[in-house]
Amino acid sequence: MSDKSFVRTEMLGEQAPPLTEVGIVKWMRANLFSSVSNSILTLIGIYAIYYLASHLVPWFWYSIWNAGSLSECREIREAAYGDVPSACFAVITERWNQLLFGFYPQHLYWRPVLAFVLLFVALAPVLFNNLPRKMFIFSAIYPFLLVWLIWGGTIWGPMAVAAGFVVGWYAAKILGDRFGAIAAVGGGILAAIIWWMFLAGPIAGGLSSVLPIGIEAVTSKDLGGFMLSVIIGVTGIALSLPIGILLALGRQSNLFFIKSICVGFIEFIRGVPLITLLFTASLLLNYFLPPGTNFDIVLRVIIMVTLFAAAYMAEVIRGGLAALPRGQYEAADALGLDYWKAQQLIIMPQALKISIPGIVNTFIGLFKDTVLVVFIGLLDPLGLTGAIRATTEWNGIYWELFVFVGFLFFICCFSMSRYSMYLEQKLRTDHR
Amino acid sequence: MKKSVFIGALTAAGLAAGFASAGTLEDVQAAGSLKCGVTTGLVGFAAPDANGEWEGFDVSVCRAVAAAVLGDGTAVEFVPTTGQTRFTALASGEIDLLARNTTWTFSRDVDLKFTFVGVNYYDGQGFMVRKDLGVSSATELDGATVCIQTGTTTELNLADYFKSNNMSYEPVPIETNAEAQQQYLAGACDVYTTDASGLAATRATFEDADAHVLLPEIISKEPLGPLVRHGDDQWADIARWTLNALITAEEIGVTSANLEEMAKGTNNPEINRLLGTEGDLGGMLGLDAEWAKRAIAVGGNYGEIYAANIGEGTPIALARGLNAQWTQGGLIYSPPFR
Repeated sequence: MSDKSFVRTEMLGEQAPPLTEVGIVKWMRANLFSSVSNSILTLIGIYAIYYLASHLVPWFWYSIWNAGSLSECREIREAAYGDVPSACFAVITERWNQLLFGFYPQHLYWRPVLAFVLLFVALAPVLFNNLPRKMFIFSAIYPFLLVWLIWGGTIWGPMAVAAGFVVGWYAAKILGDRFGAIAAVGGGILAAIIWWMFLAGPIAGGLSSVLPIGIEAVTSKDLGGFMLSVIIGVTGIALSLPIGILLALGRQSNLFFIKSICVGFIEFIRGVPLITLLFTASLLLNYFLPPGTNFDIVLRVIIMVTLFAAAYMAEVIRGGLAALPRGQYEAADALGLDYWKAQQLIIMPQALKISIPGIVNTFIGLFKDTVLVVFIGLLDPLGLTGAIRATTEWNGIYWELFVFVGFLFFICCFSMSRYSMYLEQKLRTDHR
Repeated sequence: MKKSVFIGALTAAGLAAGFASAGTLEDVQAAGSLKCGVTTGLVGFAAPDANGEWEGFDVSVCRAVAAAVLGDGTAVEFVPTTGQTRFTALASGEIDLLARNTTWTFSRDVDLKFTFVGVNYYDGQGFMVRKDLGVSSATELDGATVCIQTGTTTELNLADYFKSNNMSYEPVPIETNAEAQQQYLAGACDVYTTDASGLAATRATFEDADAHVLLPEIISKEPLGPLVRHGDDQWADIARWTLNALITAEEIGVTSANLEEMAKGTNNPEINRLLGTEGDLGGMLGLDAEWAKRAIAVGGNYGEIYAANIGEGTPIALARGLNAQWTQGGLIYSPPFR
């Protein structure tokens, strides 16, 4: 019997799993070819990628970065590679400073660059709350510094405008002590307006003639390129959030007058395309203002863009307010907080947190909308691509300029989007 | 600062309104610079170079007027305008002179209340096709797809032309010239139609320019010229006669090379009157005697400006054609300086 063993006495060694169940093959079977329809979609996808890559890769690979004109680009390519598709990025090499700064004087490029760097210093305490709170002082100064750095001229102009806020604040404080809150707000605003209308100009003029501290002035017509987009975008973003919050609160107000103004403003602006507002700013206003008035075109555009974004912002924030349970309002009342304290401590922190994706969405949209100024003849990056194409050297160049401008915008919008995701992560307090 | 300027300006509204009616010449001289409307970019006619300096055929008109009025051809504030904004910019006083390849038409002159001060370029609408299409005349274009810029007079001219010749066409609407180049090269349309100067400039950028031809037919009249607002005839005269001075200079042989020599006085009375050594033409305009000399000194006479910006020595290579002097069989003709 012992020679008739049919029971295996030794274990079989481990074998490699079948080819179809490991590594890349299994992954592909599971993810790419799990069914007939998936297989077809995969093949179509692969073909699409191949098709795009076969056109784009050589175009980028053979790109030429040093040439004086499009025809020179073509000659270089002909000599080096023969008849292949090739991008002529030489136009960027030659004109990048114009695409970034417009016609800003070249020896003053340090000023917008410095303003751009300082922008992040000013934004830092707003964006990250583990930084010293004293940095907010710089954030408050920054808008005036920005105007002075970009437009130049005497330092007393921005300072006189800044002083208006101080005047308004003191007027509000003095009136508030004697007559109460409403008088304080009204008096403060009135005092600031009186200061700006009648006193700021002469005082700035007087001071600059006595003590001429200033840097070389640059006019708005020299602003252009990506710098113009950033100026319009950043000012619009910075101003639209507070105005949007006020509008959203005003829309919920029990006071009929305030409520109707806010609703009317929001609905009017949202009902009108941005481009018509820009045409109004650039063309229609000229008929209302006296001839010869020099009301800065960039300032007009900033005002219009800000109003436009503020109306959208108000609705985004109203969405956040509507998402708060009624109990939160009642809890604030029960604690005996007044309206502004309740907003500041209980309502707004929650409503704004809920609204972050919508707010950033509006910011990104606003930033990209700045290129619409091309239609009123301002030379933003897209306007400059047209102007560059209009020179005999670069006439006929097309995609290279768009690729570069698109790349710049992508960097900005993508960073905004990533930051908003970081912020949502950080502020997540619920337990979903 | 800006806000105070704005509010201050608003309060001083009445004052400023009174001031502005003093006359464009005084305003320009007071400001020290000429606000001149140009295109946001058109090959050969107006474009900023790498340093932001505007140059081109229309730009030269601005510079010549600035030199005549202010004595400095660089004292120009160029205001880029689009097809939509150009007329409002001029009417509202944002610019003093519009030199933006604008076609002189009845309604623009009469209804929009502008004064065209002359013609600096006679253009006309033409067609460009691929050579291998085998078309030699626009009358053979029945059923063709045509790339056409929307909202321009070219669109209307095209419709008229095809209708009057009993032909049909398929329009491919496009927005800008750069877009049209892409569409045409990609084969989205058989024919590209726009002003002949624009077609020549576009064709010059093609890699194989020889594979494309301009058809002989010119289907419209497009006299392009600078214009000013109605109501200030002195200013219109200055712009008109500055342009005429450039044209006359070519006709009688005054160039940037011999300008200084001729300005010392010649035995040709018309040259002497033009350059201010005889008579007082400048004084009649409200300018000094050497106004025309300065205008010519900036970029040379009409022919030199033409040659430098769009002439046959440039990549655009436009022959003089209609824009030759009347003595050479063209239409460029200036009334006499007398």
